[in-house]
Amino acid sequence: MKKIATRNGFGEEILALGKENKNIVVINADIGKSCKTYEFAQAYPEQEINVGIAEQNAAGIAAGMATCGKIPFVVTYAIFASLRMCEMVRQEIAYPKLNVKIVGSHGGLSPARDGASHQAIEDMGVLRTLPNMTVIMPADYWAAKKLTRAVAEHKGPAYIRFTRDSIPVIYDENVELEIGKAHMIQDGNDVAIIANGDTVCIAVEAAQELAKENISARVLDMHTIKPLDVDAVVDCIENIGKIITVEDHTIINGLGSAVCEVVAERGKGKVKRIGVPDKYGESAPYERLLAINGITVEGIVAAAKNI
Amino acid sequence: MKKKTIEELKEIAKDIRRKVVTMLCRAGSGHPGGSLSVTDFITACYFSEMNLDPKNPKWEDRDRFVLSKGHVCPAQYAALAKLGFFPEETLQTLREEGSILQGHPNMQCPGVEIPTGSLGQGVACAVGMAIALKMDKKNSRVFAVLGDGECQEGEVWEAAQTANKYQLDNLILFVDNNNLQIDGTTDEVMPNRDLGEKFKAFGFEIYNIDGNDMAQILRTLDAVRLHSHSTKPKCIIGQTTKGKGVSFMENVADWHGVAPNKEQCEQALKDIDANYSFE
Repeated sequence: MKKIATRNGFGEEILALGKENKNIVVINADIGKSCKTYEFAQAYPEQEINVGIAEQNAAGIAAGMATCGKIPFVVTYAIFASLRMCEMVRQEIAYPKLNVKIVGSHGGLSPARDGASHQAIEDMGVLRTLPNMTVIMPADYWAAKKLTRAVAEHKGPAYIRFTRDSIPVIYDENVELEIGKAHMIQDGNDVAIIANGDTVCIAVEAAQELAKENISARVLDMHTIKPLDVDAVVDCIENIGKIITVEDHTIINGLGSAVCEVVAERGKGKVKRIGVPDKYGESAPYERLLAINGITVEGIVAAAKNI
Repeated sequence: MKKKTIEELKEIAKDIRRKVVTMLCRAGSGHPGGSLSVTDFITACYFSEMNLDPKNPKWEDRDRFVLSKGHVCPAQYAALAKLGFFPEETLQTLREEGSILQGHPNMQCPGVEIPTGSLGQGVACAVGMAIALKMDKKNSRVFAVLGDGECQEGEVWEAAQTANKYQLDNLILFVDNNNLQIDGTTDEVMPNRDLGEKFKAFGFEIYNIDGNDMAQILRTLDAVRLHSHSTKPKCIIGQTTKGKGVSFMENVADWHGVAPNKEQCEQALKDIDANYSFE
């Protein structure tokens, strides 16, 4: 299967968007090359600001520009986008509901060899907690392109998370993804696997393994964790009852928690969360880090059988 | 609009001070000290310098005003009400449930361009506005007011270096240099050293003035508008007195965030009417 990093999908789409809409601006913070906005900066220098290594101010600048009708994309690593800029995002972007897009590249454990300092395992949870914020993670190259465009067209603040490594391309150019709507990859009735981002392809593979043992799994790509597609989760609760959530994120306040909130309020259904169990990462290959945390085909299969 | 005289502007500043004290007394909480130290500059901006349309607060070609030290919003609210951005009676709702006049400003209030209140963030927002206006080839300018204590926040300097990089000559900062912050003098809490030299080192054109002297403020704004030919961003360091115009509040750090009671309010209004410390 072909492999491309989601950050590349973002880089290509933002370049196209910059040409189509002159109000789209990129605010880089010295890592445009690795976040894939370097080409945008070269092609449309009049639509790009590079603030250097100063993320807090990047958030404020974006807010100011948005009040003047621009559609700023603040581009940095997920760890800085969510935590370094956090209060500025809250005060100047989320609270006034300004049309700013926050792009977190190198999300989750994907900056693997860099170690815990660069691994953003809390980002989606932190941003999910902010009122008015939309939080998204695309599952492959095509999803990255489609959801980048959707985010640009969405009115209001949004956080979109990409990752570093090449991952399998599971969709094609015809895939239709809507913010706030789960995308069902396959239906099933024994267990539901709800995943997002890089873990969706792992979930698909796990479903194939389960099928060999006559366990039928529904696989949902929950690319938007806020606003969560509550109806899709309720449907899993009512018609399947058993849910496995999979994410490259701490199991606290990310996808798993969001699903659990629905299940708890519904008063029925069972959930097993797979993700980073409330601890920091370390330097290691990405696949190893996922394995250490049980974010694997085997981990999902075992959870599906034991739930 | 006919240009207002210095005397007329001083009268407006006086009325804003009256409104500030009255609003805070009624609300029972808020920040009188800083509101009174920035009143003269706010008056000059809103009633003389900026291009605005109170009937069309979102007019595209307007100048922008960012109150980075958001806690002194009573002075800004009073100015906006006097200009007709909203009815003056609304001032009586400061800090009340459902009011557009929140304890720290947000965009529900017509004329407020960005929410502030968490210190250190307004300059970056003003920089973003100045950049966007330049991108769109607008002649509008951006005025931002920040406190000297606020300059202890690192984000102020991140924004300042960006203003230099993009040569934002449409950005005018005013530092309300009243030398006091909550825990004491700025020298005691965290010495700023020479803020003018600091902004100069960051690439700003600097103007050092008495920030409570209307004539000096107007001369400086004239100089910035008419005689500055550099592409540098501008920074006015205004030496001010916290609590300016009210005898018992002047230079007392404890009046940072405490509202006057009824008797204190009456005394304050007497002081203001008598031009205390202005004559």
